Amino acid sequence: MPKEKINKLESTCVPLPIENIDTDQIIPARFLTATTREGFGENLFRDWRYNKDGSANKSFILNNKAFSGKVLIAGKNFGCGSSREHAVWAIYDYGFRVVISSFFADIFKNNSLNNGLLPIILPEDLVLNLIQAVQNDPGVKVKINLEEQKIELPGSRKAYQFEINKYKKDCMINGFNDIDYLLNIKNKIIGFEEKKGIT
Amino acid sequence: MKAKTLFEKIWDSHAVYSIEDGPEVLYIDQHYIHEVTSPQAFKGLDDRGIKVFRPKRTLATADHNIPTKDQHLTIKEELSRLQVEKLTENCKKHKINLFGLNHKKNGIVHVIGPELGFTRPGMTIVCGDSHTSTHGAFGTIAFGIGTSEVEMVLATQCLLQTKPKTMRINVNGDLKKGVTSKDIIMYIIAKLTSGGATGYFVEYAGTAIEKLSMEARMTICNMSIEMGARGGLIAPDKITFAYLKKRIGKLTDKEWESQLRKWKKLKSDPGVKFDKEIKIQASDINPMITFGTNPGMAITVTGNIPLSGGLEDKKDESFLKSLNYMGFKPGDKLAGRKVDYVFLGSCTNGRIEDFREFASLVKGRKKASNITALLVPGSKLVEEQVKREGLLEILNDAGFELRQPGCSSCLAMNEDKIPAGKYAVSTSNRNFEGRQGPGARTLLASPLTAAAAAITGKITDPSEFIN
Repeated sequence: MPKEKINKLESTCVPLPIENIDTDQIIPARFLTATTREGFGENLFRDWRYNKDGSANKSFILNNKAFSGKVLIAGKNFGCGSSREHAVWAIYDYGFRVVISSFFADIFKNNSLNNGLLPIILPEDLVLNLIQAVQNDPGVKVKINLEEQKIELPGSRKAYQFEINKYKKDCMINGFNDIDYLLNIKNKIIGFEEKKGIT
Repeated sequence: MKAKTLFEKIWDSHAVYSIEDGPEVLYIDQHYIHEVTSPQAFKGLDDRGIKVFRPKRTLATADHNIPTKDQHLTIKEELSRLQVEKLTENCKKHKINLFGLNHKKNGIVHVIGPELGFTRPGMTIVCGDSHTSTHGAFGTIAFGIGTSEVEMVLATQCLLQTKPKTMRINVNGDLKKGVTSKDIIMYIIAKLTSGGATGYFVEYAGTAIEKLSMEARMTICNMSIEMGARGGLIAPDKITFAYLKKRIGKLTDKEWESQLRKWKKLKSDPGVKFDKEIKIQASDINPMITFGTNPGMAITVTGNIPLSGGLEDKKDESFLKSLNYMGFKPGDKLAGRKVDYVFLGSCTNGRIEDFREFASLVKGRKKASNITALLVPGSKLVEEQVKREGLLEILNDAGFELRQPGCSSCLAMNEDKIPAGKYAVSTSNRNFEGRQGPGARTLLASPLTAAAAAITGKITDPSEFIN
């Protein structure tokens, strides 16, 4: 899918205050049979979002019209489990560009950064406060500046500084891929193989 | 010279280049691929008009979505069939070695890599599958990657990676009867929680680990990801070398000796400091079973479900949601509860030793009438060995059938689904909601505990059956 550059973003949020949301919940395995990257958004959180008969589960947050936006806020250890990048494609395809949690699983975080989905780690109490604020008023917004690594939360004048690897930040802002970088240093890779005596 | 951990030794010898304030370029020795997470990566190469850089360093298999019955017939599910066909087409086009469906060496990627001698000590190994950590049992840095990263490895044999922190988990002493390596790792995950090792690469050590077979070590490393670890490894030793000697052909004695000399250096230096170190007594471990919807939610088979999810009240919402899905209540006892399905298989417990353990317990007994059993070997070679060793006869006599190899009911991408609301004692690695089919309720356990459930029809401590 064409990856958009991301730098500044102001958006309302969708709160999903559940811990340990695994990639099987984000996109169940039975939807992994596609051979392209597109179209996974319609099955995002499939088994929470729809009832067994295929009707929308009204109590699930994505079916609540009051909540929308490009920012998903989730409980800790988000994206644990399977390495399926389809989970990130589904979240992105649905329309999210940022996920906020106090804690991300490693592979999910890497996959997000490789696909233009920004994972922002905030301290647990800030995440809980933010969820509370959004639940009280779905209209409140967060303001994100990736270049400055700052996020402004509703009800707080002070922007919070979040961490991100400088290289990855540059990639996201400029829409670069790791693969472009690696292809550009192929001579170094060949040199490494020669030095080690491997091909 | 500075003392190094085994992990650091392997990492440092594969670091091609470091980006300032960024990740390192890591060279990958062995790449495994399968039908589900590779098609988009090959498409990426095609879109760029580039070829696979080092095709000999990639090995392919079809395992995730394939049926485990009538494999000689066409795959019924159209999208699954297309995915397998796409893999065949991509491997042919890019000259990649494929042990596809019906090939005599076909099987689950993390079972065939080791059993065919591709996985060797000191390597860096990746695959678009989180259970790649399995290969760490041979003293390798092995971890799961996403499809974008599969594309990077195909294109450049390298990845950009940030060095994780190191943790050593020492398990010392003797295991009680009926306790297996599956129970060791489930005990560790329950102690650390499902996110407790995130950001770390784990080394398993100690006298209890040193006594384990390669199959048992693979089960432990396999589930490292279930506590969030980037991977897990075990220093290679004489058990590792004996396993490999049988599997690596084409080497002269001199070549083998030279390999051995290198492999014997693969251990953490004495006195080296890990970022975190944990000590466990093997005798504290009992047969384990999960009660919730992540692998950290586990208790002893004879124990009770905790009354709350943690010390803080705010955690209980997720805890209760999980118990509600499972149809359990805080404080419930699991032993004696009826179950409906038993699944023996997966990259965690689909190896010959797992079938030996299961068969040893069901031998001379009969499958309970309320149990539907799915016994799925991890590979064609395992399937053959089950037959050759006479295990199939034991299983058949006890009322069990053997299916054909594949990932099967572990993630239920094929027809092997557990129906909604039903309980399955499974030897696989994940008890997430819907993992084994929409609404399915998974209870993770060892092959022995699965066998005990298959015989009694209930959750049962296997030690009752072991003299």
